[in-house]
Amino acid sequence: MLYRESGQYKSSYAADQAIFPIRQDRWGVIAALLAIMFIVPLVASEYLLHSVLIPFLILSVAAMGLNILLGYCGQISLGTAGFMAVGAFAAYKFATGMSYLPTPVVFVLAGLVAAAVGVFFGLPSLRIKGFYLAVTTLGAHFFIEWVITHFGWFTNYSASGVISAPKIFLFGMPIESAESRYMFTLAIVIILALLMKNLVRSAIGRAWMAVRDMDVAAEVIGINLLRTKLIAFAVSSFYCGIAGAMYVFLYLGTVEPQGFDINRAFQVLFMVIIGGLGSVLGSFLGAAFIVMLPILITNVASIFGSAIPTHVLSNAELIVFGALIIFFLIVEPAGLARLWQIGKEKLRMWPFPY
Amino acid sequence: MGLKRIAVGFAALAALTLSWAGGAGAESEEDMQFFPVNAYWTGPYAAGGSAFGGGLIDYMKMLNARDGGINGVKLFWEKCETQYQNDRIIECYERMKHRGAGMPLFHPMSTGGTYAVFERAWKDKIPVLTIGYGRTDASDGSIFPYLFPMLTNYWSQNTAKIRFIGSRVGGMENLSGLKLANIYHDSAYGKETIPVLNRQAEIYGFEVRHFPVAHPGLDQKAIWLQIGRQYKPDWVILRGWGVMNPTAIKEAQRVGFPSDHLVGVWWSGAEEDTIPAGSAAEGYIAAGFHASGTDFDVIQDILKYVYDEGEGELPRERVGSIYYNRAIVWAIVSTEALRKAMDMFGDRPVIGTEVQQALEVLSLDPAGIEKLGATGLVPPFAITCDDHEGGASVLFMQWTDGKWNQISDWIETDQDLVRPMVEASAAAYAAEKGVTPRDCASGG
Repeated sequence: MLYRESGQYKSSYAADQAIFPIRQDRWGVIAALLAIMFIVPLVASEYLLHSVLIPFLILSVAAMGLNILLGYCGQISLGTAGFMAVGAFAAYKFATGMSYLPTPVVFVLAGLVAAAVGVFFGLPSLRIKGFYLAVTTLGAHFFIEWVITHFGWFTNYSASGVISAPKIFLFGMPIESAESRYMFTLAIVIILALLMKNLVRSAIGRAWMAVRDMDVAAEVIGINLLRTKLIAFAVSSFYCGIAGAMYVFLYLGTVEPQGFDINRAFQVLFMVIIGGLGSVLGSFLGAAFIVMLPILITNVASIFGSAIPTHVLSNAELIVFGALIIFFLIVEPAGLARLWQIGKEKLRMWPFPY
Repeated sequence: MGLKRIAVGFAALAALTLSWAGGAGAESEEDMQFFPVNAYWTGPYAAGGSAFGGGLIDYMKMLNARDGGINGVKLFWEKCETQYQNDRIIECYERMKHRGAGMPLFHPMSTGGTYAVFERAWKDKIPVLTIGYGRTDASDGSIFPYLFPMLTNYWSQNTAKIRFIGSRVGGMENLSGLKLANIYHDSAYGKETIPVLNRQAEIYGFEVRHFPVAHPGLDQKAIWLQIGRQYKPDWVILRGWGVMNPTAIKEAQRVGFPSDHLVGVWWSGAEEDTIPAGSAAEGYIAAGFHASGTDFDVIQDILKYVYDEGEGELPRERVGSIYYNRAIVWAIVSTEALRKAMDMFGDRPVIGTEVQQALEVLSLDPAGIEKLGATGLVPPFAITCDDHEGGASVLFMQWTDGKWNQISDWIETDQDLVRPMVEASAAAYAAEKGVTPRDCASGG
C-alpha cells in the first residue's frame, strides 16, 4: 500500500539512472542515513559505537572490496586479509614516516599501495581460474604475512611485531572519542559505498559482470580480459587496504600481523557469501550478520549467565552461529540481499499477492 | 515458505536484544565490588583459558563464602569469552567497563591483547594487570602508569632460564660456545624475548637461533628436522602456547632430541602441555613462577568452601594444576590490590585510579603470604611507582612420573641486565608517543 511506485514517472535519463529510482526508497535511504549519522552517535553507548558499529562498518568495506572481485568479476580470492594487512602496515609506515600527511591522505595512499600489490598478485588470474586462483591468492596471503612478520622495517623494528597507530587528526581536530571515530568511519564508508555503487553501474562494472558470467564470450565482444580483471583486483585491494588501515587506526589502535590471519579472510568471504554476491547492500548485510550476531548471541546468552556452565555457553555461541549460517544458506542461497529484494517485491504486491 | 517465519524470527531476536539492553541497566550492584573475568573457553588455547577463568572465579567464590568478600565488600563478576582474539578482548573490555561502580582492573590474558588494550585502559584510568605475560618494557612504571607486568616479566624470566641452563652445564662460563635454539610462537608473545636472548648470547658467548612457529603451531616438522639434523643445538628453549607445546615435545622426540634439554617457558609448562605428549614429555623441563599441587591452605580452602559445596567452576581434578594455580596467583595478587585500595580509600567498591595507587605500593612479604595460606605458591614481591614488575624469582620443574616436580630453587632474575633494557625500550616508546615520564621520586 505505502510502498508503491505508481504515478512516479521518469521524464529524464538522470531520473531513470538514479541509484534509487523509487521515491520511497530514496526517502527511506536518506532518512536512514540521517539517522545513522546524527541520531545514532547521540543515543548509542560507547560500547555499542566502539565495539559493534565501528568494526561492522570497517569490515563492510572489506566485504565490499571482496564483493567487487568475487561477486562482480567472479575471481575467487582468499587474499583479503593479506591485502588488509598491506593497507594497515602501509598506512602505519606513511603515518609514522611522513607525519605531516593528513589522515585521509594516508588512507588513500595505503589503499593505493594495497591496490598495487593486488594487481601484482592478480596477474596470474588471466591464466588461472576458479579454485586454482583461490590457491594462488592464498599463497599471496601467506607471502604477505611472512614478509610483514620477518622484515622489521614494516613494524619500525618493534620487538614484538606489534604496531600501534599514531594519533589521528582531521582538519587539526583529534579523532579520539568513540563518536568522532564513528563519524569518521561512517564518512569513509559512505564515500566508498557510493563509489562502488556507481562503479558497478558503469562500463567497467558491466565488463566485470560480463567476465564473471562467461569470460570467453566477454572476450569475443571486445572486452580486454587482463585489463578488466586487473582493474577488479586493483579496486578490490584498494577497498581492502583502506579497510585494513581503518581497522588499525580507527578500531583496535594496535595490530600485529596475526590480526590479519587467514580466519579474517574467511570471515570476509562468509560475509560476501551470506550477504549476497554481486550486491553492495549484501556487503553490509553480510558484515552485520558476521560481526554483530556473535556479539548478540553472547550478550543474550549472558542473561542466562549463571544457569548455564561457561564452557557450554561459549561453545553455544559457535554452535548457534554455525546453525544460523546453514539456515540462511538453505532458505536463501543467494544471500541476505536477495531476501531483502524478495521482501520488497512482496511488499509491492501487498495486500494482494498473486 | 520462510519469509513470514524469518520475519517473526527477526522480531523475536530484536525483542530479545531490547530486553537485554533494558535489563543491563536495571540491576543494582552498586555496593558490590565488580571483577571482570575474560578468558577463553573455546579455541586452540582453551586448555589454559578455561583454567584461568575458572580459577579466578573459584577464588572469589571462596572469598565470598569464607570472608564475606574483601573487607566485607562482596565480589561479583562477569565472564566474557575472548577466544584469545584481540578484537574480542577489546569488545569484552568495552562491555564490562561500566559494570558496578566501574571496572577496577583488567586482565587481558593475552600478550597481543595487552598491546591492544593498554592505551585504551590508560585513557580510561583502569590498571591492566599482566601477571607473567604482557609488554615487558611496561615494567618501567614511570612511563606506563596503568600497565603492571607483575611478578616477573618475560625478559627477567629469560635471564633466570639462562642461569638455570648455566647451572646445568656447570657454571655460566661453560655457556660459551653452546648452541641454543629458541622455538617461538610467531606472535607478539613469542617475539618478546628475542632481543634479550640476543643480548645474552653476546654476553655469555653462546650462539642462538630463532625458529618461528606459525599459529596455532600444529605443523613443526620442517623446523624440527632443521634442528635435529642441521643445527643440532645443545639446548632448546620452547616458547610455545597452547597446542604448539605438546606438538613440539612430540616432534623433539621424533628427531631424537633429549627431552631434558628442552626447556619450556611458563606458558609451555602445564599438565595440558605434557599429558597429550605422552611418554615424549618424560624429563621435559619448564619454568614457573608458582608451584603446582593442592598442598596449600588457600587451595584447601577453595576445595572446602567451593568444591565441597558443588559450586566449583571446573572438574575437581583440575584444581591444583599449573594453570589453575596460576589463576589463583592472579586472583590473590588482584584481590590483595583491591584490599589495599579499600584500606586506603574505604571499604567500598573501588575504581581504577584507586587500584592503580594501591598497586604502586603493593607488596607481599613471606609473612603476608603465610597469612593468605599461599606459602610456596606465590613468590614475595614488591611493586613501586618505578618498578611495576616486583622482582619475583623463577623456579624450574621437570615432568617425571606423570607430574611436575620442582628441580631448582627460586632463581633470581638478572635485573642488572634487564632493567637497562626495559628503560631503554620504554624511553623509545615515550619518545615515539610523546609521553612525559612521571617523576616517581617525588611521589608520582
